[in-house]
Amino acid sequence: MKKLTKSDFFWTFVRSNLLQGSWNMERMQALGFCFGMIPIIKRLYKGDERKQALKRHLEFYNTHPFVTAPIIGVVTALEEQKANGKDIQDGVINGLKVGMMGPLAGVGDPIFWGTVRPITASLGASFALGGSLFGPILFFVLFNLIRLLVRWYGIKYGYEKGTDVIADVAGNALQKITEGASILGLFVMGALVNKWTSVHVPIVISTIQKQDGTVAVTTVQTILDQLMPGLIPLLLTFLCIKLMKNKVNPIWIIFGLFAVGILGYWTGILGM
Amino acid sequence: MEINGAQLIAIFIVSAVAGMGSVLDEFQTHRPLIACTLIGFILGDITTGIIIGGTLEMIALGWMNIGAAMAPDAALASVISTILVIAGHQSIGAGIAIAMPLAAAGQVLTILCRTITVFFQHKADGFAEKGSLRGIDICHLSALALQALRVAIPSILVAMYIGTGAVQSMLDAIPPVITGGLQVAGGFIVVVGYAMVINMMQAGYLMPFFFLGFVIAGFTQFNLVAFGVIGLVLAIVYIQLNPKYNKPAVAAAAPASNGGQDDDLDDDLDD
Repeated sequence: MKKLTKSDFFWTFVRSNLLQGSWNMERMQALGFCFGMIPIIKRLYKGDERKQALKRHLEFYNTHPFVTAPIIGVVTALEEQKANGKDIQDGVINGLKVGMMGPLAGVGDPIFWGTVRPITASLGASFALGGSLFGPILFFVLFNLIRLLVRWYGIKYGYEKGTDVIADVAGNALQKITEGASILGLFVMGALVNKWTSVHVPIVISTIQKQDGTVAVTTVQTILDQLMPGLIPLLLTFLCIKLMKNKVNPIWIIFGLFAVGILGYWTGILGM
Repeated sequence: MEINGAQLIAIFIVSAVAGMGSVLDEFQTHRPLIACTLIGFILGDITTGIIIGGTLEMIALGWMNIGAAMAPDAALASVISTILVIAGHQSIGAGIAIAMPLAAAGQVLTILCRTITVFFQHKADGFAEKGSLRGIDICHLSALALQALRVAIPSILVAMYIGTGAVQSMLDAIPPVITGGLQVAGGFIVVVGYAMVINMMQAGYLMPFFFLGFVIAGFTQFNLVAFGVIGLVLAIVYIQLNPKYNKPAVAAAAPASNGGQDDDLDDDLDD
């Protein structure tokens, strides 16, 4: 009876932090996944079985790096059963990996790249803009804490539930979390579009000498702000989304906006 | 500003760690908030480093690798722009502007590296054939080292030549209309990052929440923590009330409400 030890799990957890190290255009995270499985393979297999196991985990693989944890857990459970004589074909294990990576990436991308990172990063940046070291530290600690917990408990959860996880992946729970995260992410994005942009159009429309001697200057910006603060950034955001939907590289959009900034400053349409 | 030997070594290490972070996307050492702060610390002006980091972080908020699509590279942009601002005596606005072409260059470099590492992937196949665990480790870590050097080598070259007169006079030759314009653009260039996040979510039916956030931000002084809490509450309430997740309850409630309508209709007819 071959049994995995606590330290095998620990080292797989540690190694899984380097999943994407050898990300390549051919098989993407394949080598990284195999690298993570090595403590498990080392414990379970010898000789030809070991070679077979290594080859099995060098097949094409790519998903969101954090949600790979439950997949590692499930695969580990299967490998342990296989090493103890249960008849599990190579194709079953790979089919499971391929079957889970798509749906899980669809969950991981909006949750981590769309919500957790933008929110922790902008929170950190809000302190950093004032020159406070607390900002970078807050981002680093908060993000990595969430990430490491997901990794550690993800592996554990996948291993304990085994193939039952697939039912969970297809079920409501993940969909709820994804949808909830998307709501939070979009809500904060809306706030950021207004709060953390500055566009100023200083063109003077009218200068009125009031009776008490003060001068009331009305600029384009005054009128826009009365209408709806942040209107120009909002329109710019939707322009960017439109361009990205048409497959324009974001870097070109950034260059384009720089050109707009220089042109606007030069002509006096845009001010600081 | 001349950068001394010890600082060069430290820059090499930090930029290598940033390069690894860029491909791993785990510890986030490639994000401007972290990389700029560390480079600022090495160059003796951590406060400026933190401010560049915060500014650049907002621009890079939506830079993410999805599937096989590479994002602009935050690592190279963060490290070199911080060196240019602190050691090259540039304004933060100019530093940010220079960071953008660097991010594009870093993106090309990482795609190149990720193509070269196909070689290590094939090498690993050979080691699997022999059952060599150590061989596979070496293949994986070599590929990671390549990604570290991708950022470290360009960074160290910039750091070595930044103190020279030629580079300095070149940077100083940028006319004020350009630097002023770049600063103006810095105010709204962040929308690209926001747009990337929104675009990735692909949840058009949830856009009302985006507009709600936008309007609340326009007329209040709430900080980000407040927005986080409100957003979380909205998300929870939405999930709790969404009929999609409450099918049995809806099925039970539906006949009852239909019955009610019928009664109303009957009453109307009676009248």
